[in-house]
Amino acid sequence: MSTKTKQKTYEEKWLLDLYRKMLLMRRFEEEAARAYTERKIGGFLHLYIGQEAVGLGVISALEDKDYVVAAYRDHGHFLARGGSAKAAMAELYGKETGCSKGRGGSMHFFDAEKHFLGGYGIVGAHAPIAAGAAFAAKYRGENFVTVCFLGEGSVSIGPFHEGLCLAALWKLPVIFIVENNQYSMGTPIHRSLVTPNAAVRADGYPMKGLTVESDNVIECHEIMKDIISDVRKNPAPVLVEFKTYRYRGHSMADPAKYRSKEEVENRKQTDPLILLKADILKLYKSAESKLVLIHEEIEKEVAESVAFAENSAEPNLSTVEDNTYV
Amino acid sequence: MKELSIREALNEALAEEMARDDRVFLMGEEVGYYDGAYKVSRGLLEKFGERRVIDTPISENGFAGIGVGAAMVGLRPIIEFMTFNFSLIGIDQVINHAAKIRYMSGGQFTLPMVFRGPGGSVSQLAAQHSHALESFYAHCPGVLVVMPGTAADAKGLLKSAIRNDNPVVFIESEAMYSVRGEVPDGEYLTEIGKADIKRKGKDLTFICWSKSVPICLKVAGLLAEEGIDAEVLDIMTLRPLDFAAIEQSIKKTNRALIVQEAWPVASFGSYVAAQIGQELFDYLDAPVITISGRDCPYPYAKNLENSMRPSIEHIIAQAKRLL
Repeated sequence: MSTKTKQKTYEEKWLLDLYRKMLLMRRFEEEAARAYTERKIGGFLHLYIGQEAVGLGVISALEDKDYVVAAYRDHGHFLARGGSAKAAMAELYGKETGCSKGRGGSMHFFDAEKHFLGGYGIVGAHAPIAAGAAFAAKYRGENFVTVCFLGEGSVSIGPFHEGLCLAALWKLPVIFIVENNQYSMGTPIHRSLVTPNAAVRADGYPMKGLTVESDNVIECHEIMKDIISDVRKNPAPVLVEFKTYRYRGHSMADPAKYRSKEEVENRKQTDPLILLKADILKLYKSAESKLVLIHEEIEKEVAESVAFAENSAEPNLSTVEDNTYV
Repeated sequence: MKELSIREALNEALAEEMARDDRVFLMGEEVGYYDGAYKVSRGLLEKFGERRVIDTPISENGFAGIGVGAAMVGLRPIIEFMTFNFSLIGIDQVINHAAKIRYMSGGQFTLPMVFRGPGGSVSQLAAQHSHALESFYAHCPGVLVVMPGTAADAKGLLKSAIRNDNPVVFIESEAMYSVRGEVPDGEYLTEIGKADIKRKGKDLTFICWSKSVPICLKVAGLLAEEGIDAEVLDIMTLRPLDFAAIEQSIKKTNRALIVQEAWPVASFGSYVAAQIGQELFDYLDAPVITISGRDCPYPYAKNLENSMRPSIEHIIAQAKRLL
């Protein structure tokens, strides 16, 4: 932990809740991957495994009134925001009980109640949309903030820049989170950017930009808590780049031959789940048995989500055109 | 009744709807301090202030996306494209986002918003500023597509579009902003999705929208002098198409001629023709004719440009082929 986080004390319950959520994010996707290989899930399946400290660190620092916009690698963010694992798994299975009624699939999770404005599959195009939600806060004089998750692969496309430009010009309360997992699909960052830090993109508008190198969810949370509180008080966009890593390929279809096994194994040394567990045990030696219980709970929750998805009905064919229009 | 230009009629619609509902705002290039590139938003900044009449940098994808996000959390944006030619820069926000979010969220989010601005050719603006793009938008489920051809319809349809809970692509005719027409006094709304018979007739049906409406009316007047009684059906809304109105008219006249400014291939006109052929074959006494713009980019030279659009003589000749 950083000096800053060491000085703070964290309630055991808060830490265990964080662990519960991160474990759910991890185990949910491991089961989804298994179901995908059994062809129970179709389409693309982009896994977030390895990056959980970012999504959870950011989202755990938000309030209920705030909004979240995600890219297509959106399962983790949805669960971190409190979305139901059952609804998420049912969505992957293409069932009516899914979080988008089986109409969105892996890349398009939505939850209006949780202020989860969706996962989007057109790279960078949701940056203006997040700025638009932030625009509504300014327009109505409300003090919610909007966070927008993007990959580092999005920072060279036009809509990303237009979104940042307008957000800076109008001082909109939006935080662009660039999850730099080092690979834009199969292209390493050194082949798509002239600097190793995507946060440099903030300079031109300008807006505050910073790069965080951490797989520690508590650190990510602390950094974001301060930034979110600043943005809430003095609305203006901020770009935060998190250096992170995905353990799996770009999608289930990608064997990730563009990187070595050693590189992946090396990054797993700082697995966010292991770091969080170590932090908890450092602060609360007696928490070991509670963590065991959490593992049991999550196994049950994930198994129930799979059973729920399996047993849910497919959408009724007569409803295929529903919701095209109001 | 009062006489207004289409520009003034649209301006009234914007002003009335903005006064009626604080969630409605107008955003686009030059809409505020410049009073609108085509002066459709004249005076609105003065009336409603910078909060609700918002000038943007040149960034169609950016501000169209701002509209999408704002609509998702409860506002009712009107996004002005200075011209629909430039909507091609922001079309991803219209087609991939505005038109899809309600559907792919399983109905959790609605997007009550209008994308509006002028379209079509005017006078020697050349290939990049002369597009009639309605077929692009009408192709895609998830948006409504509205194209008025008179001042009254411009006002009534724009007010309805702003109150509609779906994303509406509202294409005005750039060439017709100064065309005047009678507009009813007071609150005036025109229903989206309903065609309007602009001239009753029994011998053949002209099917038209936007700029081709006055052209077809003129042709019908000339044909009347020769004893031919043409009906002019202004469809006004391309999506959803009021096919019942087309059916009713063709059952009476048994002949149909579609007139559009757009290019012929895979166009809205060719869709309408195909639908008529498929659904109303037994009622037809002649093939359905679609008259479109010439199949090439718009030229600059005046004589070449004038040859692009369907001429009165050409339409009359085609109409006579049907009889």
